[in-house]
Amino acid sequence: MAQMITAQEAAEAMFNMVKEAAGLRKLKPMDLTKNLLELFGDRVDKQICKEAIRELVESGRCVYTYFGGTYLELPHREGAAND
Amino acid sequence: MADKLPPTPKLDELEKGPWPSFVSEIKMAAKSSLASQDLLGLLERSYNEKIGHWKHGGIVGVLGYGGGVIGRYCDLPAEFPNVSHFHTVRVNQPAGWYYKTDALRKICDIWEKRGSGLTNMHGSTGDIILLGTRTDELEPIFAELTAIGFDLGGSGSDVRTPSCCLGKSRCEWACYDTMALTHDLTQSFQDELHRPAFPYKFKFKMSGCPNDCVASVARADISIIGTWRDNIRVNQDAVLEYTKNGLNIQKEVIAFCPGKCMEWDGKQLDIDNSTCRRCMHCINVMPKALRPGKDTGATVLIGSKAPIIEGALLSSVLIPFWKPVAPYTDLKDLMGRIWEIWCEEGKNRERIGEFIQRMGMGNFLETIGVEPIPEMVAHPRENPYVFYEEYLVEDDEEEGQDKN
Ligand code: SF4
Ligand code: SF4
Repeated sequence: MAQMITAQEAAEAMFNMVKEAAGLRKLKPMDLTKNLLELFGDRVDKQICKEAIRELVESGRCVYTYFGGTYLELPHREGAAND
Repeated sequence: MADKLPPTPKLDELEKGPWPSFVSEIKMAAKSSLASQDLLGLLERSYNEKIGHWKHGGIVGVLGYGGGVIGRYCDLPAEFPNVSHFHTVRVNQPAGWYYKTDALRKICDIWEKRGSGLTNMHGSTGDIILLGTRTDELEPIFAELTAIGFDLGGSGSDVRTPSCCLGKSRCEWACYDTMALTHDLTQSFQDELHRPAFPYKFKFKMSGCPNDCVASVARADISIIGTWRDNIRVNQDAVLEYTKNGLNIQKEVIAFCPGKCMEWDGKQLDIDNSTCRRCMHCINVMPKALRPGKDTGATVLIGSKAPIIEGALLSSVLIPFWKPVAPYTDLKDLMGRIWEIWCEEGKNRERIGEFIQRMGMGNFLETIGVEPIPEMVAHPRENPYVFYEEYLVEDDEEEGQDKN
């Protein structure tokens, strides 16, 4: 059986995807999970992806945002925000 | 502070008449809340200009959470600085909406200190809705709410806070314990509630009987509605009592029975329970004479929604009769299978009902491993073409044999 990647490794890969997409397009948690399954094949599963997302938001490296749907983004000042 | 209320001739119109007025409520709050004062001014201006002055923010929660806060900013912050930020906080209500007054006071104390003081008890999701606060108050509000035993509810593409009617706690018609199931699902699906991972929102609503007091059949992705599968219990003496007191059974009960399954000969009420639709009409009219049966449970339905992106949908039957027994593992496993395929194949902002319409109920049932049965059919088919898969397989085999 293939050696599974850790939740930390999955989080790192997801974080890089979010960073690369920043300002270009928004990624939903499910997009990240699907991308990871594609990238790592049977070395990752949905549970690891869940833990990775949790790790990203609880550490504050990524934040959830809502624009018609829920996305994961780098923390940033909202476009609509007032001082 | 009261004399600073802005003139609001248009809003004042909404205080006339016998019904409760949200304008009166905001005015009352404005006596001690600057945000409520500005809200009145901003709303009057919107009514005059016929323009909404709110911007949707992307902020959704507190650290680690993907739901529970709905971000709002005013586009006239210089003129209305006290509603420059006006975020909504959704607080997970207790099942059945029971509170001690002490708990409500504590919530209101937090909200008067850190928000506008305005509440909506309760929102259409069922949550306690706290209206209007600033971004920098969100974390302290969350900390103070959790310290008194409350948590944020759902928002965005997640499981929304499950809600229910008060069921067995007060209602004699409840066919199962709605509050127990709601509490259990809320606890079990904390991850799905706070960390949105779905194509769109997903709502559970539980009603104890077909009266469906939380309107689950019209607005929940999963509606769990109490029902029974044995016979309606009839007290013939009490039926006679109703007629003596002037009830016209033929006109007021039998004429409205959708199952056309009742007969009344002036002395005895007969019900053909095999065609009863469990609609509750007769029971509602003669509550002292009729009661649901004793073999109670629930019907699980799927796919209703209010019209937002596409039109409204009513729920379709998924499990005609289900015995809700804690820890409800069968239901939770089924939810897992439903979410798996919906997350895999669902489009962005596609509710489960729309997804089922797109892929077809037959395909959907096959994917989640549920056998199609007649109770799932809403009405007879309109298309006369019938496709029997198993006959085709047999034919193919026969053809194969012929060839050999
Ligand atoms: S739905 Fe039925 S059980 Fe629940 S409160 Fe209404 S009448 Fe009672
Ligand atoms: S519950 Fe409804 S369908 Fe059944 S007997 Fe009463 S009125 Fe008729």
